[in-house]
Amino acid sequence: MDLTVIQAAIPKFVAGFKLTLWMSFTGILGSLIVGLLCSLVQYFKVPVISKVFTGYVELARNTPLLIQLFFLYYAFPVIGWKMSAETCGFVGLTFLGGSYMAEAFSGGFAGIAPNQIDAGKAIGMNQFQLARYVVFPQGLSLSVPALAANVIFLIKETSIFSVIAIPELTNTALDLIGIYYRSNEYLLMLVIAYAIILIPLSIILTILERRVRYGSFGN
Amino acid sequence: MGHLGTNILFAGNNFQRLLGGLWTTIWIALLSLIIGLILGTILGMLRTLKNRPLRIVLRLYLEFFRIIPTVVLLFLAYYILPRQLNLNLPADQVAVLVFALWVAAEFSDIVRGALISVPQHQRESGLAIGLNHWQLFRYVLLPQALTLELPATINLATRVVKTTSLLMLISVMDVINIGQQIIEANGQTHPNGIFLIYGVIFFFYFIVDYSLSLLAKKVDIAKQH
Repeated sequence: MDLTVIQAAIPKFVAGFKLTLWMSFTGILGSLIVGLLCSLVQYFKVPVISKVFTGYVELARNTPLLIQLFFLYYAFPVIGWKMSAETCGFVGLTFLGGSYMAEAFSGGFAGIAPNQIDAGKAIGMNQFQLARYVVFPQGLSLSVPALAANVIFLIKETSIFSVIAIPELTNTALDLIGIYYRSNEYLLMLVIAYAIILIPLSIILTILERRVRYGSFGN
Repeated sequence: MGHLGTNILFAGNNFQRLLGGLWTTIWIALLSLIIGLILGTILGMLRTLKNRPLRIVLRLYLEFFRIIPTVVLLFLAYYILPRQLNLNLPADQVAVLVFALWVAAEFSDIVRGALISVPQHQRESGLAIGLNHWQLFRYVLLPQALTLELPATINLATRVVKTTSLLMLISVMDVINIGQQIIEANGQTHPNGIFLIYGVIFFFYFIVDYSLSLLAKKVDIAKQH
Protein backbone atom coordinates (compact mmCIF):
# COMPACT_ATOMS: atom_id res chain seq x y z
CA MET A 1 0.00 0.00 0.00
CA ASP A 2 1.52 3.29 -1.06
CA LEU A 3 -0.18 6.54 -0.11
CA THR A 4 1.52 8.61 -2.80
CA VAL A 5 0.12 6.24 -5.44
CA ILE A 6 -3.35 6.77 -4.02
CA GLN A 7 -2.89 10.52 -3.86
CA ALA A 8 -1.68 10.75 -7.44
CA ALA A 9 -4.68 8.78 -8.68
CA ILE A 10 -7.31 10.86 -6.90
CA PRO A 11 -8.01 13.29 -9.80
CA LYS A 12 -8.59 10.40 -12.21
CA PHE A 13 -10.88 8.67 -9.73
CA VAL A 14 -12.83 11.88 -9.14
CA ALA A 15 -13.39 12.15 -12.90
CA GLY A 16 -14.49 8.50 -13.03
CA PHE A 17 -16.70 9.05 -10.01
CA LYS A 18 -18.45 11.97 -11.68
CA LEU A 19 -18.93 10.01 -14.89
CA THR A 20 -20.36 7.01 -13.00
CA LEU A 21 -22.78 9.33 -11.21
CA TRP A 22 -23.76 11.13 -14.41
CA MET A 23 -24.25 7.96 -16.45
CA SER A 24 -26.21 6.36 -13.59
CA PHE A 25 -28.39 9.45 -13.26
CA THR A 26 -29.22 9.76 -16.96
CA GLY A 27 -29.65 5.99 -17.36
CA ILE A 28 -31.94 5.71 -14.34
CA LEU A 29 -33.98 8.71 -15.48
CA GLY A 30 -34.34 7.13 -18.94
CA SER A 31 -35.23 3.78 -17.34
CA LEU A 32 -37.93 5.38 -15.18
CA ILE A 33 -39.51 7.07 -18.20
CA VAL A 34 -39.39 3.92 -20.37
CA GLY A 35 -40.54 1.77 -17.46
CA LEU A 36 -43.48 4.01 -16.57
CA LEU A 37 -44.53 4.21 -20.22
CA CYS A 38 -44.38 0.41 -20.59
CA SER A 39 -46.28 -0.25 -17.40
CA LEU A 40 -48.99 2.28 -18.35
CA VAL A 41 -49.43 0.70 -21.76
CA GLN A 42 -49.59 -2.71 -20.12
CA TYR A 43 -51.97 -1.47 -17.43
CA PHE A 44 -54.45 -0.01 -19.92
CA LYS A 45 -53.92 -3.09 -22.13
CA VAL A 46 -53.44 -0.92 -25.24
CA PRO A 47 -53.88 -3.41 -28.12
CA VAL A 48 -50.76 -4.53 -30.04
CA ILE A 49 -48.41 -2.04 -28.34
CA SER A 50 -48.79 -3.73 -24.95
CA LYS A 51 -47.80 -7.06 -26.56
CA VAL A 52 -44.75 -5.41 -28.14
CA PHE A 53 -43.73 -3.88 -24.81
CA THR A 54 -44.17 -7.20 -23.00
CA GLY A 55 -41.82 -8.72 -25.57
CA TYR A 56 -39.31 -5.93 -24.99
CA VAL A 57 -39.46 -6.36 -21.20
CA GLU A 58 -38.81 -10.11 -21.42
CA LEU A 59 -36.01 -9.65 -23.96
CA ALA A 60 -34.24 -6.93 -21.97
CA ARG A 61 -34.67 -8.56 -18.57
CA ASN A 62 -33.40 -11.96 -19.64
CA THR A 63 -30.18 -11.00 -21.39
CA PRO A 64 -26.94 -9.60 -19.92
CA LEU A 65 -26.11 -5.91 -20.26
CA LEU A 66 -22.67 -6.86 -21.57
CA ILE A 67 -24.11 -8.47 -24.72
CA GLN A 68 -26.54 -5.58 -25.17
CA LEU A 69 -23.63 -3.15 -25.08
CA PHE A 70 -21.59 -5.24 -27.52
CA PHE A 71 -24.50 -5.14 -29.94
CA LEU A 72 -24.82 -1.37 -29.65
CA TYR A 73 -21.12 -0.62 -29.74
CA TYR A 74 -19.65 -3.24 -32.09
CA ALA A 75 -22.45 -4.69 -34.18
CA PHE A 76 -24.63 -1.68 -34.99
CA PRO A 77 -21.88 0.37 -36.69
CA VAL A 78 -21.67 -2.43 -39.29
CA ILE A 79 -25.17 -1.45 -40.49
CA GLY A 80 -24.36 2.24 -40.21
CA TRP A 81 -25.70 3.06 -36.73
CA LYS A 82 -22.66 4.57 -35.14
CA MET A 83 -22.93 5.91 -31.60
CA SER A 84 -20.30 7.17 -29.18
CA ALA A 85 -19.44 4.88 -26.26
CA GLU A 86 -21.27 7.20 -23.85
CA THR A 87 -24.43 7.15 -25.97
CA CYS A 88 -24.22 3.34 -26.16
CA GLY A 89 -23.93 3.25 -22.39
CA PHE A 90 -26.97 5.46 -21.97
CA VAL A 91 -29.04 3.53 -24.50
CA GLY A 92 -27.93 0.17 -23.05
CA LEU A 93 -28.65 1.09 -19.44
CA THR A 94 -32.02 2.57 -20.40
CA PHE A 95 -32.87 -0.52 -22.45
CA LEU A 96 -32.04 -2.83 -19.54
CA GLY A 97 -33.31 -0.56 -16.76
CA GLY A 98 -36.56 0.29 -18.57
CA SER A 99 -37.61 -3.35 -18.40
CA TYR A 100 -36.74 -3.65 -14.70
CA MET A 101 -38.59 -0.41 -13.88
CA ALA A 102 -41.59 -1.55 -15.95
CA GLU A 103 -41.80 -4.71 -13.84
CA ALA A 104 -41.51 -2.66 -10.65
CA PHE A 105 -44.30 -0.26 -11.66
CA SER A 106 -46.52 -3.08 -12.92
CA GLY A 107 -45.96 -4.96 -9.67
CA GLY A 108 -47.09 -1.87 -7.75
CA PHE A 109 -50.20 -1.38 -9.89
CA ALA A 110 -51.08 -5.06 -9.55
CA GLY A 111 -50.67 -4.93 -5.78
CA ILE A 112 -53.62 -2.60 -5.18
CA ALA A 113 -56.46 -4.15 -3.19
CA PRO A 114 -59.33 -5.02 -5.61
CA ASN A 115 -61.90 -3.39 -3.33
CA GLN A 116 -60.21 -0.02 -3.97
CA ILE A 117 -60.94 -0.36 -7.68
CA ASP A 118 -64.49 -1.58 -6.99
CA ALA A 119 -65.10 1.36 -4.67
CA GLY A 120 -63.87 3.76 -7.36
CA LYS A 121 -66.17 2.21 -9.94
CA ALA A 122 -69.08 2.31 -7.50
CA ILE A 123 -68.84 6.08 -7.14
CA GLY A 124 -68.90 6.38 -10.92
CA MET A 125 -65.25 6.97 -11.84
CA ASN A 126 -64.27 6.29 -15.43
CA GLN A 127 -61.14 4.36 -16.46
CA PHE A 128 -59.00 7.51 -16.51
CA GLN A 129 -60.21 8.85 -13.18
CA LEU A 130 -59.66 5.44 -11.60
CA ALA A 131 -56.08 5.48 -12.82
CA ARG A 132 -55.48 9.10 -11.81
CA TYR A 133 -56.99 9.08 -8.32
CA VAL A 134 -56.91 5.45 -7.19
CA VAL A 135 -54.41 3.28 -9.05
CA PHE A 136 -51.40 5.59 -9.49
CA PRO A 137 -51.13 7.15 -6.04
CA GLN A 138 -51.31 3.76 -4.35
CA GLY A 139 -49.53 1.80 -7.05
CA LEU A 140 -46.55 4.17 -7.09
CA SER A 141 -46.06 3.95 -3.33
CA LEU A 142 -46.30 0.14 -3.53
CA SER A 143 -43.64 0.04 -6.25
CA VAL A 144 -41.10 2.15 -4.33
CA PRO A 145 -39.19 -0.77 -2.74
CA ALA A 146 -38.72 -2.46 -6.12
CA LEU A 147 -37.78 0.87 -7.77
CA ALA A 148 -35.20 1.51 -5.05
CA ALA A 149 -33.66 -1.93 -5.52
CA ASN A 150 -33.45 -1.23 -9.26
CA VAL A 151 -31.70 2.10 -8.70
CA ILE A 152 -28.95 0.36 -6.72
CA PHE A 153 -28.77 -2.44 -9.27
CA LEU A 154 -28.45 -0.05 -12.22
CA ILE A 155 -25.69 1.99 -10.58
CA LYS A 156 -23.74 -1.24 -10.07
CA GLU A 157 -24.40 -2.22 -13.70
CA THR A 158 -22.58 0.91 -14.90
CA SER A 159 -19.37 -0.93 -13.94
CA ILE A 160 -19.94 -3.05 -17.06
CA PHE A 161 -19.51 0.12 -19.18
CA SER A 162 -15.79 -0.47 -18.72
CA VAL A 163 -15.95 -3.06 -21.55
CA ILE A 164 -16.77 -0.39 -24.11
CA ALA A 165 -14.05 1.90 -22.73
CA ILE A 166 -16.22 4.50 -21.03
CA PRO A 167 -13.85 5.98 -18.42
CA GLU A 168 -16.17 5.48 -15.43
CA LEU A 169 -14.89 4.20 -12.07
CA THR A 170 -14.19 0.57 -12.94
CA ASN A 171 -12.61 1.43 -16.26
CA THR A 172 -10.45 4.10 -14.60
CA ALA A 173 -9.19 1.60 -12.01
CA LEU A 174 -8.51 -1.16 -14.56
CA ASP A 175 -6.72 1.33 -16.79
CA LEU A 176 -4.48 2.51 -13.96
CA ILE A 177 -3.73 -1.09 -12.96
CA GLY A 178 -2.79 -1.80 -16.56
CA ILE A 179 -0.37 1.13 -16.65
CA TYR A 180 1.22 1.07 -13.18
CA TYR A 181 0.41 -2.45 -11.95
CA ARG A 182 -0.52 -1.23 -8.46
CA SER A 183 -3.60 -3.37 -8.05
CA ASN A 184 -3.96 -3.06 -4.25
CA GLU A 185 -4.16 0.72 -4.16
CA TYR A 186 -6.43 1.14 -7.16
CA LEU A 187 -8.79 -1.68 -6.18
CA LEU A 188 -9.08 -0.25 -2.67
CA MET A 189 -9.94 3.15 -4.12
CA LEU A 190 -12.46 1.54 -6.44
CA VAL A 191 -14.22 -0.28 -3.59
CA ILE A 192 -14.27 2.88 -1.48
CA ALA A 193 -15.65 4.92 -4.39
CA TYR A 194 -18.58 2.52 -4.86
CA ALA A 195 -19.15 2.46 -1.10
CA ILE A 196 -19.29 6.29 -1.06
CA ILE A 197 -22.03 6.22 -3.68
CA LEU A 198 -24.01 3.21 -2.59
CA ILE A 199 -23.97 3.14 1.23
CA PRO A 200 -25.57 6.60 1.73
CA LEU A 201 -27.92 5.99 -1.17
CA SER A 202 -29.17 2.67 0.18
CA ILE A 203 -29.74 4.30 3.59
CA ILE A 204 -31.69 7.17 1.99
CA LEU A 205 -33.74 4.73 -0.07
CA THR A 206 -34.57 2.64 3.01
CA ILE A 207 -35.84 5.78 4.78
CA LEU A 208 -37.87 6.69 1.70
CA GLU A 209 -39.38 3.20 1.63
CA ARG A 210 -40.50 3.59 5.24
CA ARG A 211 -41.99 7.01 4.54
CA VAL A 212 -44.12 5.97 1.63
CA ARG A 213 -45.27 2.74 3.26
CA TYR A 214 -48.06 4.79 4.86
CA GLY A 215 -49.21 5.65 1.37
CA SER A 216 -50.62 2.18 0.83
CA PHE A 217 -54.16 1.68 2.02
CA GLY A 218 -55.90 -1.47 2.97
CA ASN A 219 -52.81 -3.39 4.07
CA MET B 1 -27.95 -16.14 -46.72
CA GLY B 2 -24.20 -15.78 -47.10
CA HIS B 3 -24.21 -12.04 -46.48
CA LEU B 4 -25.77 -12.57 -43.06
CA GLY B 5 -22.70 -14.51 -42.07
CA THR B 6 -24.31 -17.92 -41.67
CA ASN B 7 -21.23 -19.49 -43.20
CA ILE B 8 -19.11 -18.05 -40.40
CA LEU B 9 -21.25 -19.81 -37.85
CA PHE B 10 -20.81 -23.21 -39.47
CA ALA B 11 -17.39 -22.72 -41.08
CA GLY B 12 -14.74 -25.07 -39.73
CA ASN B 13 -15.51 -26.02 -36.15
CA ASN B 14 -16.84 -22.58 -35.19
CA PHE B 15 -20.21 -23.83 -34.01
CA GLN B 16 -18.67 -26.61 -31.91
CA ARG B 17 -16.32 -24.06 -30.36
CA LEU B 18 -19.23 -21.79 -29.53
CA LEU B 19 -21.06 -24.70 -27.90
CA GLY B 20 -17.87 -25.53 -25.99
CA GLY B 21 -17.82 -21.96 -24.70
CA LEU B 22 -21.46 -22.28 -23.75
CA TRP B 23 -20.61 -25.42 -21.78
CA THR B 24 -17.90 -23.51 -19.87
CA THR B 25 -20.47 -20.82 -19.08
CA ILE B 26 -23.02 -23.41 -17.93
CA TRP B 27 -20.73 -25.45 -15.69
CA ILE B 28 -19.38 -22.34 -14.00
CA ALA B 29 -22.93 -21.09 -13.38
CA LEU B 30 -24.12 -24.48 -12.09
CA LEU B 31 -21.14 -25.13 -9.84
CA SER B 32 -21.26 -21.61 -8.33
CA LEU B 33 -24.99 -22.01 -7.76
CA ILE B 34 -24.63 -25.39 -6.04
CA ILE B 35 -21.81 -24.23 -3.75
CA GLY B 36 -23.46 -20.86 -3.17
CA LEU B 37 -26.85 -22.32 -2.29
CA ILE B 38 -25.38 -24.78 0.21
CA LEU B 39 -23.19 -22.12 1.83
CA GLY B 40 -26.05 -19.61 1.71
CA THR B 41 -28.39 -22.03 3.50
CA ILE B 42 -25.88 -22.49 6.31
CA LEU B 43 -25.27 -18.73 6.58
CA GLY B 44 -28.99 -18.02 6.47
CA MET B 45 -29.57 -20.48 9.32
CA LEU B 46 -26.77 -18.90 11.33
CA ARG B 47 -28.32 -15.47 10.78
CA THR B 48 -31.50 -16.54 12.58
CA LEU B 49 -29.58 -17.48 15.74
CA LYS B 50 -29.47 -15.09 18.66
CA ASN B 51 -25.69 -14.65 18.53
CA ARG B 52 -25.23 -10.91 17.98
CA PRO B 53 -21.56 -10.72 16.86
CA LEU B 54 -22.13 -13.58 14.41
CA ARG B 55 -25.18 -11.85 12.98
CA ILE B 56 -23.28 -8.58 12.55
CA VAL B 57 -20.38 -10.29 10.78
CA LEU B 58 -22.72 -12.13 8.42
CA ARG B 59 -24.70 -8.96 7.76
CA LEU B 60 -21.50 -7.10 6.86
CA TYR B 61 -20.56 -9.96 4.54
CA LEU B 62 -23.94 -9.65 2.82
CA GLU B 63 -23.76 -5.85 2.51
CA PHE B 64 -20.23 -5.99 1.08
CA PHE B 65 -21.30 -8.37 -1.66
CA ARG B 66 -24.44 -6.29 -2.29
CA ILE B 67 -22.67 -2.96 -2.60
CA ILE B 68 -19.64 -3.90 -4.65
CA PRO B 69 -20.44 -4.57 -8.34
CA THR B 70 -19.74 -8.15 -9.43
CA VAL B 71 -17.20 -6.94 -12.00
CA VAL B 72 -15.20 -5.39 -9.19
CA LEU B 73 -15.53 -8.52 -7.03
CA LEU B 74 -14.12 -10.58 -9.90
CA PHE B 75 -11.13 -8.28 -10.29
CA LEU B 76 -10.55 -8.16 -6.54
CA ALA B 77 -10.21 -11.94 -6.46
CA TYR B 78 -8.31 -12.04 -9.74
CA TYR B 79 -5.60 -9.64 -8.52
CA ILE B 80 -5.56 -10.17 -4.78
CA LEU B 81 -5.56 -13.97 -4.53
CA PRO B 82 -2.28 -14.49 -6.39
CA ARG B 83 -0.49 -11.38 -5.15
CA GLN B 84 -1.45 -11.30 -1.47
CA LEU B 85 -2.31 -14.90 -0.69
CA ASN B 86 0.00 -16.57 -3.20
CA LEU B 87 -2.94 -18.53 -4.49
CA ASN B 88 -2.59 -19.00 -8.23
CA LEU B 89 -5.93 -20.35 -9.31
CA PRO B 90 -6.99 -20.67 -12.95
CA ALA B 91 -9.40 -17.91 -13.98
CA ASP B 92 -12.42 -20.24 -14.13
CA GLN B 93 -11.88 -21.32 -10.52
CA VAL B 94 -11.52 -17.69 -9.43
CA ALA B 95 -14.87 -17.05 -11.11
CA VAL B 96 -16.54 -20.01 -9.35
CA LEU B 97 -15.16 -18.80 -6.02
CA VAL B 98 -16.43 -15.23 -6.50
CA PHE B 99 -19.83 -16.23 -7.87
CA ALA B 100 -20.32 -18.85 -5.12
CA LEU B 101 -19.52 -16.32 -2.37
CA TRP B 102 -21.82 -13.80 -4.03
CA VAL B 103 -24.66 -16.33 -4.37
CA ALA B 104 -24.12 -17.39 -0.75
CA ALA B 105 -24.46 -13.79 0.42
CA GLU B 106 -27.65 -13.16 -1.56
CA PHE B 107 -29.11 -16.56 -0.71
CA SER B 108 -28.42 -16.21 3.00
CA ASP B 109 -30.81 -13.26 2.99
CA ILE B 110 -33.48 -15.24 1.12
CA VAL B 111 -33.10 -18.19 3.54
CA ARG B 112 -33.21 -15.93 6.58
CA GLY B 113 -36.35 -14.21 5.29
CA ALA B 114 -38.04 -17.54 4.61
CA LEU B 115 -37.02 -19.02 7.97
CA ILE B 116 -38.40 -16.13 9.98
CA SER B 117 -41.66 -16.20 8.03
CA VAL B 118 -42.36 -19.82 8.97
CA PRO B 119 -45.21 -19.43 11.50
CA GLN B 120 -44.11 -19.23 15.12
CA HIS B 121 -46.37 -22.12 16.24
CA GLN B 122 -44.45 -24.49 13.94
CA ARG B 123 -41.25 -23.72 15.81
CA GLU B 124 -42.94 -24.02 19.18
CA SER B 125 -44.61 -27.31 18.29
CA GLY B 126 -41.24 -28.66 17.24
CA LEU B 127 -39.67 -27.63 20.52
CA ALA B 128 -42.66 -29.04 22.41
CA ILE B 129 -42.16 -32.53 21.00
CA GLY B 130 -38.55 -32.35 22.12
CA LEU B 131 -36.67 -31.61 18.89
CA ASN B 132 -33.25 -30.07 19.41
CA HIS B 133 -32.12 -27.01 17.48
CA TRP B 134 -30.64 -28.94 14.59
CA GLN B 135 -33.65 -31.26 14.29
CA LEU B 136 -35.93 -28.21 14.32
CA PHE B 137 -34.07 -26.79 11.32
CA ARG B 138 -33.81 -30.10 9.52
CA TYR B 139 -37.39 -31.36 9.91
CA VAL B 140 -39.56 -28.30 10.52
CA LEU B 141 -38.10 -25.00 9.35
CA LEU B 142 -35.96 -25.79 6.29
CA PRO B 143 -38.58 -27.88 4.41
CA GLN B 144 -41.15 -25.11 4.85
CA ALA B 145 -38.68 -22.34 4.08
CA LEU B 146 -37.65 -24.16 0.91
CA THR B 147 -41.11 -23.81 -0.67
CA LEU B 148 -41.34 -20.18 0.44
CA GLU B 149 -38.01 -19.26 -1.10
CA LEU B 150 -38.28 -21.17 -4.39
CA PRO B 151 -39.31 -18.27 -6.72
CA ALA B 152 -36.59 -16.00 -5.26
CA THR B 153 -34.05 -18.80 -5.71
CA ILE B 154 -34.95 -19.27 -9.37
CA ASN B 155 -34.65 -15.51 -9.90
CA LEU B 156 -31.23 -15.64 -8.30
CA ALA B 157 -30.30 -18.39 -10.76
CA THR B 158 -31.27 -16.16 -13.71
CA ARG B 159 -29.02 -13.46 -12.27
CA VAL B 160 -26.14 -15.90 -11.99
CA VAL B 161 -26.58 -16.90 -15.63
CA LYS B 162 -26.55 -13.24 -16.70
CA THR B 163 -23.53 -12.54 -14.53
CA THR B 164 -21.53 -15.29 -16.27
CA SER B 165 -21.28 -12.85 -19.19
CA LEU B 166 -18.59 -11.14 -17.10
CA LEU B 167 -16.35 -14.23 -17.31
CA MET B 168 -14.65 -12.91 -20.44
CA LEU B 169 -13.32 -9.96 -18.42
CA ILE B 170 -10.95 -12.24 -16.52
CA SER B 171 -10.19 -14.12 -19.76
CA VAL B 172 -12.16 -17.28 -19.15
CA MET B 173 -12.88 -18.96 -22.50
CA ASP B 174 -16.62 -18.61 -22.17
CA VAL B 175 -19.16 -18.36 -24.97
CA ILE B 176 -18.67 -14.58 -25.42
CA ASN B 177 -14.89 -14.78 -25.53
CA ILE B 178 -14.98 -17.53 -28.16
CA GLY B 179 -17.61 -15.58 -30.09
CA GLN B 180 -15.28 -12.59 -30.16
CA GLN B 181 -12.39 -14.73 -31.41
CA ILE B 182 -14.55 -16.02 -34.25
CA ILE B 183 -15.66 -12.48 -35.10
CA GLU B 184 -12.11 -11.17 -35.10
CA ALA B 185 -10.75 -14.05 -37.16
CA ASN B 186 -13.41 -13.52 -39.84
CA GLY B 187 -13.84 -9.74 -39.59
CA GLN B 188 -12.13 -9.05 -42.95
CA THR B 189 -14.13 -11.51 -45.01
CA HIS B 190 -17.49 -11.35 -43.20
CA PRO B 191 -17.98 -7.99 -41.48
CA ASN B 192 -21.67 -8.83 -40.92
CA GLY B 193 -20.83 -12.03 -39.09
CA ILE B 194 -20.68 -10.00 -35.90
CA PHE B 195 -24.49 -9.74 -35.94
CA LEU B 196 -24.97 -13.44 -36.27
CA ILE B 197 -22.45 -14.43 -33.61
CA TYR B 198 -23.66 -11.90 -31.05
CA GLY B 199 -27.22 -12.76 -32.05
CA VAL B 200 -26.63 -16.45 -31.34
CA ILE B 201 -25.06 -15.64 -27.96
CA PHE B 202 -27.91 -13.24 -27.13
CA PHE B 203 -30.35 -16.02 -28.01
CA PHE B 204 -28.48 -18.58 -25.84
CA TYR B 205 -28.75 -16.33 -22.81
CA PHE B 206 -32.36 -15.43 -23.55
CA ILE B 207 -33.49 -19.06 -23.89
CA VAL B 208 -31.92 -20.08 -20.57
CA ASP B 209 -33.07 -17.05 -18.58
CA TYR B 210 -36.52 -16.74 -20.11
CA SER B 211 -37.36 -20.35 -19.31
CA LEU B 212 -36.09 -19.86 -15.77
CA SER B 213 -38.19 -16.71 -15.28
CA LEU B 214 -41.28 -18.46 -16.65
CA LEU B 215 -40.65 -21.24 -14.14
CA ALA B 216 -40.27 -18.71 -11.31
CA LYS B 217 -43.57 -17.06 -12.26
CA LYS B 218 -45.33 -20.44 -12.39
CA VAL B 219 -43.98 -21.50 -9.00
CA ASP B 220 -44.95 -18.13 -7.54
CA ILE B 221 -48.54 -18.41 -8.78
CA ALA B 222 -48.78 -22.05 -7.62
CA LYS B 223 -47.58 -20.93 -4.20
CA GLN B 224 -50.32 -18.33 -3.87
CA HIS B 225 -53.09 -20.87 -4.45
